[in-house]
Amino acid sequence: MSKVPAELKYAKSHEWVKLESDGSVTVGITDFAQGSLGDLVFVETPAAGRKLGKEESCAVVESVKAASDVYAPIAGEVTANNAALGDSPEILNSDPYEGGWMWKMKPDNVADLDGLLDAAAYEDFLKTL
Amino acid sequence: MTEKLLFEVSRAGRAAFAQAPGVEIDLSAIPESLRRKDKPQLPEVSEMQAVRHFTRLSQLNFSIDTHFYPLGSCTMKYNPRACNKLAMLPQFLSRHPLAPESHSQGFLACMYDLQDILKNVTGMAAVSLTPMAGAQGEFAGVSMIQAYHKARGDLERTEILVPDAAHGTNPATAAMLGCTVREIPTNADGDVDVDALKAVVGPKTAGIMLTNPSTFGVFERRIKEIAGIVHDAGGLLYYDGANLNAILGKVRPGDMGFDVIHMNLHKTFSTPHGGGGPGAGAVGVSERLKPFMPIPVVGKDGDRYRWLTEQDLPQTIGRLSAWMGNAGVLLRAYIYARMLGREGMHRVAEFATLNANYLAARLAEKGFDLAFPKRRASHEFIVTLKKQKQEIELTATDVAKRLLDHGFHAPTVYFPLLVPECLLIEPTESEDRETLDAFVDALAAIWDEAKTDIAKVKGAPYTMPVRRLDDVRAARQLDLRYVPPAA
Repeated sequence: MSKVPAELKYAKSHEWVKLESDGSVTVGITDFAQGSLGDLVFVETPAAGRKLGKEESCAVVESVKAASDVYAPIAGEVTANNAALGDSPEILNSDPYEGGWMWKMKPDNVADLDGLLDAAAYEDFLKTL
Repeated sequence: MTEKLLFEVSRAGRAAFAQAPGVEIDLSAIPESLRRKDKPQLPEVSEMQAVRHFTRLSQLNFSIDTHFYPLGSCTMKYNPRACNKLAMLPQFLSRHPLAPESHSQGFLACMYDLQDILKNVTGMAAVSLTPMAGAQGEFAGVSMIQAYHKARGDLERTEILVPDAAHGTNPATAAMLGCTVREIPTNADGDVDVDALKAVVGPKTAGIMLTNPSTFGVFERRIKEIAGIVHDAGGLLYYDGANLNAILGKVRPGDMGFDVIHMNLHKTFSTPHGGGGPGAGAVGVSERLKPFMPIPVVGKDGDRYRWLTEQDLPQTIGRLSAWMGNAGVLLRAYIYARMLGREGMHRVAEFATLNANYLAARLAEKGFDLAFPKRRASHEFIVTLKKQKQEIELTATDVAKRLLDHGFHAPTVYFPLLVPECLLIEPTESEDRETLDAFVDALAAIWDEAKTDIAKVKGAPYTMPVRRLDDVRAARQLDLRYVPPAA
């Protein structure tokens, strides 16, 4: 079974979002997503300063099977991205929720997080796939 | 790999003088600053070393001439030798593309007839043969859709709708031409979700790009309704001809309501493809797109054939190549169509569909899960190994690799992306029943073997020149250039 940490929020397109204490959020792709893609060979993350709309395609993950877009779960401005993924995309496979984070952003509106799935709802959603 | 690289057998100064031009090339027209300083590092080998090297490499190939090659969504079928032979007649080969029309009447007549045949087969109002590949055909098709809206002053139409079961090239083409791509989901039966379509179609819709039968290997049943919805909203319909083999002459895209179609003549009409070309992506258009066709097109005045150019088609999207596409591929298509005739064309679609459904039924009998068990397959169908992966860790890759040991090329794997652990199988019309049965037996044997010895299957292939390659490492650490070992 895929890991679904209880403290995170999720999008149906398989991104996770973590609300940090300073009001910013960290975004990555879920354990289910990395498992479905298989061994990743390339990861592209959005540049700091880029403004993202909700559900805007802003990152790419590529495995030997497929290339997929990653979408911004909420609107906001990118403040940092995980440069380590450029040289070592495999971190995203081995550690999707910690070392494999993709970018950090300042949400336009923190309340947008309420529109996302909680862990239980995401797990239910995974069962339908 | 027992075959060494030519670089590894290279010896300085060795050459095949019989094949060398033997003349000094005059470079004086190229400015000194633009000439390279270092000689290119090419291997230096004898003529026999080169001949044997490439002959041995060709013998390592899996090809349609040596093996069953059920690569779904790609129609790797047998290309009759006669098409090749006739297209290579010296009268065709020696004709210069700049030869005057009066000296090219034979070739022009073939092209004119081919345009007519393709119009007939697809139900379109006109055909232009010039696109040199499927990608150019798509480019031409969407360019015509844009030109049509522009000519009407309808400038807000910038969105192209693409169902998620479409070929991946479709959204790429639309994006390349500056359109915004809107994806339409598929419902559980493999049809386009019509409600989702209704929700996104509107005054910004330039058109929709569809593959029918889709990459799920099923015929889009509500195509008339979809055509109505898109047309009512002012958009046009684009048909991706990748899967034309399934419906050749039986159902016509023109009758389904499509405004433009590209045909991969190199898939469906007898040119070997794979390896990158040459190809031919002829486009067919409905009446309203006729003025925008890419040129040149072949026309006829009385009994004389001639090129139609900007003078005849002032609204054309223009030229896609210096001449008129890949003449040799077009000739093969013409000869193939003439050999088959109308009845033969129908039989292609019938046998392609029969073979796919036979194979699907036999595999279902053996316990394999079909992605769309309730649907009749078109020319291809999908097996999902989701169950096998969960139960015994057997993946589509494992099956693909082990099939090589059984003497079969793998089907397409992991495409379409929406079906987990999938095999997309397209037997084509040219396979006999014994071959199809042997393929079923091989898949069943691999599954059986995996139940008792999964490690054995995961180690496959065993009988090939190379064993299982580390595709992840190959992609992460690209190694594309020969570097000589340090002396």
